[in-house]
Amino acid sequence: MAVHPGVLSLIGNTPLVDISALSPNPSAKILVKLEGMNPGGSVKDRVALSLIEDAEARGVLEPGAILLEPSSGNTGIGLALVCRLKGYHLKVVLPTNVSIERRQLLEVFGAEIIESPGSEGSNGAVRLARRLAAEHPEWAFLYQYANPANPRAHYEGTGPEIYRDCPEITHFVAGLGTSGTLLGVGRYLKEQRSDIQVWAVEPPTGEMVDGLRNLDDGYVPPIFLDLGGEKLLDRKTVVGPRDSIAWTRRLADLGVFAGISTGAALAGAVRCARQVESGTIVIISPDGGWKYLSSDAWTGDLDEVAERATKTIYF
Amino acid sequence: MSVEVRLPTLLRAAANGSSRVVVEGDTVGEVLKSLEQAHPSLSGQVLTEDGTLHRFVNVYVDDDDVRYLDGLDTKVLDDSVVSILPAVAGGA
Repeated sequence: MAVHPGVLSLIGNTPLVDISALSPNPSAKILVKLEGMNPGGSVKDRVALSLIEDAEARGVLEPGAILLEPSSGNTGIGLALVCRLKGYHLKVVLPTNVSIERRQLLEVFGAEIIESPGSEGSNGAVRLARRLAAEHPEWAFLYQYANPANPRAHYEGTGPEIYRDCPEITHFVAGLGTSGTLLGVGRYLKEQRSDIQVWAVEPPTGEMVDGLRNLDDGYVPPIFLDLGGEKLLDRKTVVGPRDSIAWTRRLADLGVFAGISTGAALAGAVRCARQVESGTIVIISPDGGWKYLSSDAWTGDLDEVAERATKTIYF
Repeated sequence: MSVEVRLPTLLRAAANGSSRVVVEGDTVGEVLKSLEQAHPSLSGQVLTEDGTLHRFVNVYVDDDDVRYLDGLDTKVLDDSVVSILPAVAGGA
């Protein structure tokens, strides 16, 4: 094993694991790419490094710069790790209804937390961050939802890794947040073979957006619009918390300790496997299970855990 | 077809507080038009004046976003559930 000069070179090159034992269709394989193996614990390490290196290359970041970013956790944690190594100060706009572990990890890497109302979900975090960025033009606002360096991390990293490790892929299934993973990996895969299907999975935006005052407060990520997301995706499907948690538990039967959004992606893959005759479905596991232990996701009564999950952000 | 439509919190006031409404229609477009007829206050909220989906509204038939099926022409069945949800920023 080579000695790494630091943890940044550990980002990427994550393993792909066969979990076909959970497929309802013996002719449809399911493989999971374990992004929780990144040093900051999630797929967002790739995005964080890409956003910062791109900003440095554009000359946007002075030494000691202050960065501002809305995040429900993972991008914030990835950025906090990179900022600590590079000497930047990070302010994360974080909804109040995320797991305690997400807050704790931000604190581990020295990020400052600015709270946004939990009742407004990530939408509220984005809105507050945009307002603060307008009030503080001296802060660097890299804004993952609108920055092409986000999907580029997946176009140049995640996508090629998947195709290298699994050229027989027929379907790619991943969660939709900023849409960066789907846009970057999806575009790369379709350039290799145009018949590869790209499926998005999203949590229901149910009770968590009670803070939404009217429909014009809605949001579609600018990168999704700019990069033709609607044309790129073949399907978009909603998976609720109960299914997400149930499938997260099934993964543990195979020794895969993953976060709840992995269960959602797997539920999407299972739906896909039921509809195809045969194929190879690759899903993304955005993070490991560590940040969800406090939610009793594996040990609590499924109905009670699922009910509590409707009030929190687990994507 | 007789179809159940689930409304988000945001639109319930315009439907006398109901979270579920049963309306008739063979396609998503017909279902949404029946919904507007049953609750005229919803007019312009889900479908725009030119008859397309509001840009910040997602409509699902049995959990599948109709924009990636056949749009407003997507067929519905008697036991289909049509859900309307606001498009908001996802976690990241």
